[in-house]
Amino acid sequence: MQTAPLSRYLSLVPSSVMVGVFFAIPFVMILLTSVSTPAEDVDYRYAFDLQHFERFLTWFYIERALFSAGLCALIALISLLIAFPFTYLLTTFGPRTQTSWLIYILAQLSLSEVLIAFSWQILLSRTSGIGNIIAWIGITEKSFSMSPSAGAVVAALVYLAVPFSVLLLFPALSRLDKSLLEASRTLGASPLRTFFTVVIPVTRPAIISSGVTVFVLTLGAIIVPQVLGRPEHWTLSVLITDQAIFNFNMPFASALAVVLLVLSASVIVLVTRYAGGAKS
Amino acid sequence: MTGLVIQDVTKKFGSIVAVEDVNLTFNSGEMICFLGPSGCGKTTLLRMIAGLEEPTRGMISIDGRDLTGVPVHKRDIGMVFQSFALFPHLSVGENISYSMRIRGHSRSECEDRVTELLDMMHLPGVADRRISQLSGGQRQRVAIARALALNPQVFLLDEPMSALDANLREAMQIELRKLQLELGITTVVVTHDQTEAMTMADQIVVMGKAKVLQTGGPMDIYKTPADKFVAGFIGTSNLLPAQMAGNDTVRVGGAELKVGGVKGDHQSGEDVLLMTRPEEVFVHPVTDAPPANAISGTVTFVRDIGATIEILVDCAGNEVISVLTPKDWPGVKVGEAVNVEMPAAACNVLAA
Repeated sequence: MQTAPLSRYLSLVPSSVMVGVFFAIPFVMILLTSVSTPAEDVDYRYAFDLQHFERFLTWFYIERALFSAGLCALIALISLLIAFPFTYLLTTFGPRTQTSWLIYILAQLSLSEVLIAFSWQILLSRTSGIGNIIAWIGITEKSFSMSPSAGAVVAALVYLAVPFSVLLLFPALSRLDKSLLEASRTLGASPLRTFFTVVIPVTRPAIISSGVTVFVLTLGAIIVPQVLGRPEHWTLSVLITDQAIFNFNMPFASALAVVLLVLSASVIVLVTRYAGGAKS
Repeated sequence: MTGLVIQDVTKKFGSIVAVEDVNLTFNSGEMICFLGPSGCGKTTLLRMIAGLEEPTRGMISIDGRDLTGVPVHKRDIGMVFQSFALFPHLSVGENISYSMRIRGHSRSECEDRVTELLDMMHLPGVADRRISQLSGGQRQRVAIARALALNPQVFLLDEPMSALDANLREAMQIELRKLQLELGITTVVVTHDQTEAMTMADQIVVMGKAKVLQTGGPMDIYKTPADKFVAGFIGTSNLLPAQMAGNDTVRVGGAELKVGGVKGDHQSGEDVLLMTRPEEVFVHPVTDAPPANAISGTVTFVRDIGATIEILVDCAGNEVISVLTPKDWPGVKVGEAVNVEMPAAACNVLAA
């Protein structure tokens, strides 16, 4: 069977070319650009110059990176707190209810970030937002604007992330063996206790992968922080856009992108290492 | 002392009746088997004792304590699930001591109890293993140990042997019965395997189509089944169409036979079924003196497997099986005309 390995490699060729052309080459170009050096006749010249990374090492950018990580971790946490109980309850319903909810949630994913950002801007505005409802009920005297603010950024990004969380949690929760829960009940655990001692630990891998995915996903969001936040709420991704599109500083934008990549990669590695596979 | 009482219990799922008008009373410390084909409601009845289902109507009590409305986790039961339902995220020891940790027992108490239970289940030294590292038989022992950790009032097992292979199954039946006798715990086992029920039970409850068909000791049910369904479900039986010909006489074909037990009220001339057990039926060659209480037939097959010999006889279109020990072997051959003796004490009359 000498042809078998060759044919196996052949079947890999189209996908390898795809990944190579569209992912690996651009990535290498970003890496090269991030260490390029300024030149007088052209924008920049390939070299090994760490000045853009040095520029990152100022408190302003470090603070931005930490803020981005913290913001996205918070969003991942809130999304899980909303998505997990919802998905858990959803799995207790019949297949028809489950399917219609899943279709609805999938449909949610087709909404673009731009649309969501501007809808939330209207929703949180003084003239036509929920401020009017609050004023109408009588909690406040006058309607007020709730954006731009950190809360508005968090709310819109959670809105964006919850469908992903649900879809990532659903397979694990629907496969959860219900007799485990019954066993726990017969052993004297209340439903709440069962939830914390059985449901959560058994589905922990799915919870972690859902959290990490939402974290990385929101780390790349660029519209919501700009539309609903003040400049102090801008994440690293927004700064990258800013540098690349408005300042035409490709080398620095690339350096920031590399930092963002390292940040996401280390979060994925750390979380899967210390929370995912532990106890085995 | 009265242990488990099930009173007028009915369970409906929508319009489907899963369990209908069940009334059962058992003594404390008895081993009870719910026996029946799948879908007869036996598992639903077990789950109602556990509290995993609420009866639509009726009451269940244990040792005088009414369990109506008592949630599962306050019932003081131990249950072994068909799939064993061991927690995959916990070690063997943590699985067994789960209920103790819920009740706030100390770490050392838990460890001692785990060691004690694993010794009892002949599984020493596996406390630190993962569930995935255990074989099916070991998992079952761990599931039993986990259910018994807090010495519950009632021990419930839902088809406990169905995940095991045949050899292990028979050994576990004996072991489980020994364990139950040793602990003296009221135990309910759901099974569709009549041998399992006969091996382990003090009381067998035969169920069919949501109803209890017969309750009694294994031998009572075997010797005097209530109807043809029970007779067919427990052991092998010969069922011959017959007519009543007096109080304790039936007519089968041309022969009249005396019968020992008659179930139900039957008019003379009514169509009934004559039931006998294969090991109580004897075969004699026609050349011998004709025995009393016999019908004639032709041998169609002889299966000699050493310990027992099975003879299949065709009696006017109905098959009668006789299982004999070698000492009763009449030396008949296939095709030979024989007399099949059915002693009056072995004959039961059931409704057709």
